[in-house]
Amino acid sequence: MALKADVLLEGQGEGEVLALTHPISFWGGVDPRTGLIIDARHPERGQSIAGKILAMPAMIGSSSAAAVMLELIHSGRSPTALIMPAPDAILLLGVIVAREMGWAVPPAYALSAADQRTLHGKRVSIASDGAITVAG
Amino acid sequence: MTLTLTEHQLAIANGTEGQGAAMAMRIVADTARLMGAPRLIPVASAHIDGALYHGDSGTLFAEKLVEGAAKVKVRSTLNVGALDLVGCSKQRMPPAERDMAKRMMMAYEAMGCEPSWTCSPYQAGHRPALGSDVAWGESNAVVFCNSVLGARTNRYGDFLDIACAIVGFAPDYGLHRVENRRARVVADVSGLSEALRRSDVFYPVLGTWFGLEMVNSIGVVDGLQGMPNEDNLKAFGAAAASSGGVGLFHIAGVTPEAADVATALQGKPAEKIIHVTADMVLGALKRLSTTTDEAIDAVAIGSPHLSIDEVEMLLHLINGRKLEKTIYACTGRHVIRQIEANGQRSALEKLGVTFVADTCVVVTPILPEGNGVLMTNSGKFAHYAPGNTGYAVQYGSLKDCVESAITGRLTRDQALWR
Repeated sequence: MALKADVLLEGQGEGEVLALTHPISFWGGVDPRTGLIIDARHPERGQSIAGKILAMPAMIGSSSAAAVMLELIHSGRSPTALIMPAPDAILLLGVIVAREMGWAVPPAYALSAADQRTLHGKRVSIASDGAITVAG
Repeated sequence: MTLTLTEHQLAIANGTEGQGAAMAMRIVADTARLMGAPRLIPVASAHIDGALYHGDSGTLFAEKLVEGAAKVKVRSTLNVGALDLVGCSKQRMPPAERDMAKRMMMAYEAMGCEPSWTCSPYQAGHRPALGSDVAWGESNAVVFCNSVLGARTNRYGDFLDIACAIVGFAPDYGLHRVENRRARVVADVSGLSEALRRSDVFYPVLGTWFGLEMVNSIGVVDGLQGMPNEDNLKAFGAAAASSGGVGLFHIAGVTPEAADVATALQGKPAEKIIHVTADMVLGALKRLSTTTDEAIDAVAIGSPHLSIDEVEMLLHLINGRKLEKTIYACTGRHVIRQIEANGQRSALEKLGVTFVADTCVVVTPILPEGNGVLMTNSGKFAHYAPGNTGYAVQYGSLKDCVESAITGRLTRDQALWR
């Protein structure tokens, strides 16, 4: 079955999908210096989001998620693409601001949490129209 | 729905008010498009959560705005920074980071923001009117502003808050619109004991449960009529906005858009009614502590920043006794000014309290290095301390925190929870 995501912020993404099983707050949940998940109560604690296609079932917590996102982009530890069920103005602000700063930014797509789970651990490429191809 | 900008707004985006304002307008407009807002609406004030150092990128952004001659158009208070500029506490930061953190704070002051440096701006004289549109950041300030003051704000992320303050407009969507402020879920807590519902220690726990249950939905709590004070509502909201993404809650008979449950539901039927049980709140209580270790290394209070009333309660509970372990009491300079004048600051410092102004212990390195045990009465500290400080957490009431700091061993009154 072919999946197609809605495009939130334009671009193409390619890489391994890390589909989180629990909502996350980037601030207090992800170390901006390393890209590691640090939230002590998060099931994926200790995993790295750097270089992954990061799929999130929901965004919670701090309004400083944008700052962590901006810092991850600036330090080269950002995911290569972001997937969420609906546009999140807090996290994606970090991407919008990074674009204003002239830095290379990841694209963002909307996809239901259930569809996200089917992609977990797979290598996928996402076209600029949101079409998702699973490589394996 | 496509975004339509007015001629005035387009002119700002094209640089008539300088390059800083143009960048701010592009950020506001990009966000409006992303969120499907049809227009921008004027905002009456802002609370800015972008001046906390997380790395050089945020400093570079703020300085780019300053270089572009950006100034805020509306009243804008500042949330915490990474440094205690009042000098009550010390931060363990390498000099290069300290310089960047200081440069960042100064850049926001240079744009005309008020140096309030507090996450409780609503207790430092910044209380927008019921029904007014504002652009607030900091998750606890947002939820208090919406729920307790009845002003209207979305959960503004870092950078969007300052961008809105510079242009004086915000995207018209979400919680700015009355129809989106309707409660969908009713949480009836009337089955819990009245003693519990009247206790301070209950509110961060109920808030934690509420955030986990609601995630991003709007709920109305029934069964607290005449019970919570403002500091309880502050603690509830901060916890709910940590464990969940809550931007607005209603409490029937307490918060301004919820004269009763039906009003909060805007006359429509509830999508879900939850009868909150003792087991549900016990589950949330259990989650707040991350260790069973009873040796306490430090105590932290003041997330959100302590009010004058809370400092007085601390003084009363310590009652002249010397602390074995430091209590880090985080608050704003608006409170420090008052407790310096009335002698409470020096009285508490002599007994072993360290005040932390302008910042707090989970956003910047203040606690001694190590993997100790931190005791707190704050749901928000309990949530963020393990990830941000490396300390494990024991949660208890303010009284439990004080007694534990005096002996260095966990003392906790469990009677209310049985």
